[in-house]
Amino acid sequence: MEDKMNKKSIYPNWFLIVPFLLYIIFFLIPALLGVVYSFTDWNVRSRGNISFIGLKNYIEIFKSNKNYASGILNTLKFTVISNVVKLIPALFLAILIQRGVKGHRIYQTIFYLPAVLPFLVIGLIFKSIFNYNNGLLNTLLSYMGLPAQKWLSDLSMVWKSIYGVDAWRGIGYCMTIFLAGLNGIPHSYYEAAEIDGAGFWRSFWHITLPMLTGAITINLVFGITYGLKVFDIVYVLTNGGPGHATEVMTTYSYQLYANGWYGLASALNSILFVITTIIGVFVVQHMSRQEVQQ
Amino acid sequence: MKRREQSTFFKQFICVALSIIIILPFYMVLINSFKTKGEAARMSITFPTEWVFGNYLEVINRGHLLLGFFNSMLYAVVSTTVGVMLSAMAVFVISRNKTKLNNFVYYFTLCGLFIPVNFVTLSAVLSFLHLSGTRMGIIVTFTSSMIPFCVFTLRNFFSTIPVELDEAAIVDGAGPLRLFFTIIVPLLKPALVTAFILQFMGIWSDFITPLYLANASAQWPMNLAVYNFFGKNGSYWNYVFADIVLTCLPVIIIYLIGQRYIVGGLTSGAVKE
Repeated sequence: MEDKMNKKSIYPNWFLIVPFLLYIIFFLIPALLGVVYSFTDWNVRSRGNISFIGLKNYIEIFKSNKNYASGILNTLKFTVISNVVKLIPALFLAILIQRGVKGHRIYQTIFYLPAVLPFLVIGLIFKSIFNYNNGLLNTLLSYMGLPAQKWLSDLSMVWKSIYGVDAWRGIGYCMTIFLAGLNGIPHSYYEAAEIDGAGFWRSFWHITLPMLTGAITINLVFGITYGLKVFDIVYVLTNGGPGHATEVMTTYSYQLYANGWYGLASALNSILFVITTIIGVFVVQHMSRQEVQQ
Repeated sequence: MKRREQSTFFKQFICVALSIIIILPFYMVLINSFKTKGEAARMSITFPTEWVFGNYLEVINRGHLLLGFFNSMLYAVVSTTVGVMLSAMAVFVISRNKTKLNNFVYYFTLCGLFIPVNFVTLSAVLSFLHLSGTRMGIIVTFTSSMIPFCVFTLRNFFSTIPVELDEAAIVDGAGPLRLFFTIIVPLLKPALVTAFILQFMGIWSDFITPLYLANASAQWPMNLAVYNFFGKNGSYWNYVFADIVLTCLPVIIIYLIGQRYIVGGLTSGAVKE
């Protein structure tokens, strides 16, 4: 009992109050308010005159000809594909670098570099690189005698361009996390496997992957949350175009907000909120269980 | 032996090729930022026929860049300092006094790693508090939204600081505040620096927050100033490229100086199991 009293005075709970309040007021309350407002007709002209309209906003999202539902689908698609495109090359790159390449420190510095740049800047750089007439990529293609591509306006091309830019930015970041995981695997494991006659792939499946669970988890967690919330890169590169082909949930939501349809925007945000919360609770529960095991 | 040589060559080849893919865009931007309008529009990677250093002066004067730089600095420095310090204090209590309540607060806060900020209703909350359209509103938003990540990354460092130090300090008559700031903070410095650098770069790059919350050009960070400048002067690639260089420079410098902290911080807690 005395110990408990003591702990409370050494580690006072008021240390928690300010950050916790900030988190609640400016993070959680807006998210929950969003759910409440998603059932209303709140818009730029309502001026306090807001009425409940039930599920109308959600029906609008899934039924209207504006095709907001495609934004949801695109968000999910982006989350899956962008992660596959980044994580697999990043893993092999990490293995390659870890096995000793001359100058690996410089390479590490270079590969991570794009991850520190603002997305807006990356978007502008690639808007120039993708430029139809003079961009770096089409210039390169014409040197090789290949036809120029409409990187950002061709429907069959535009998503690939977005994934490409996203990979350009993110591979080094994911690689860095994998590399830290790899450095934690004792070298003797591989030596033992080699003596047993295991080749690269056998040790990859039986040593590398199982020992990398931590790094893979963290990459997936960061990658999935990033994918679901993706905004900047799409907004700057295509602004949802051509047409609405590359619209994601956050770009639709911003449009609705900018046009004053706050209730509808809230409904879209609430769908995202529910999806991310389910994933979040799942992961956090997993983490807390791991902690107990330790 | 020959196979080993081949594989070494192959590895070097991949690394060099990838480095070129990453560096080339930077080089292209830099070299074109010194060209005339017509030459920059061709976006080639050759040297300029005439070096135009005036592009930089031009964008600084016309593109609200100085004000943008000042705003970005203000947002990044203030909210990062406050956010990291507040998170450290919270984590100090959470990790040292593992009550049920504190554990709940910890995991409850971690959920914020996943939840997106709802800017539509956030702007309503800000206007209720008379903070909408102010720099203060933007700073408070940045501070709050970094708390989950800071709590998450700082948590693991605390186990490396022996509890005996706390007890010794208390026996010497220090209160919790003095204990935290004179004993814990100095020991925690590497972790705090990591969190500070990561968050600083995150805020410098953040685009969506000011897009929603800054309703006058006076509050634009560099990011948004550049975006609006591009909207008006999209065909002046020489200026756009100069803009890009100026916006990137601060984060690249911080990255090169603080690199070892970044890699350490990304991977601490996360990977070691």
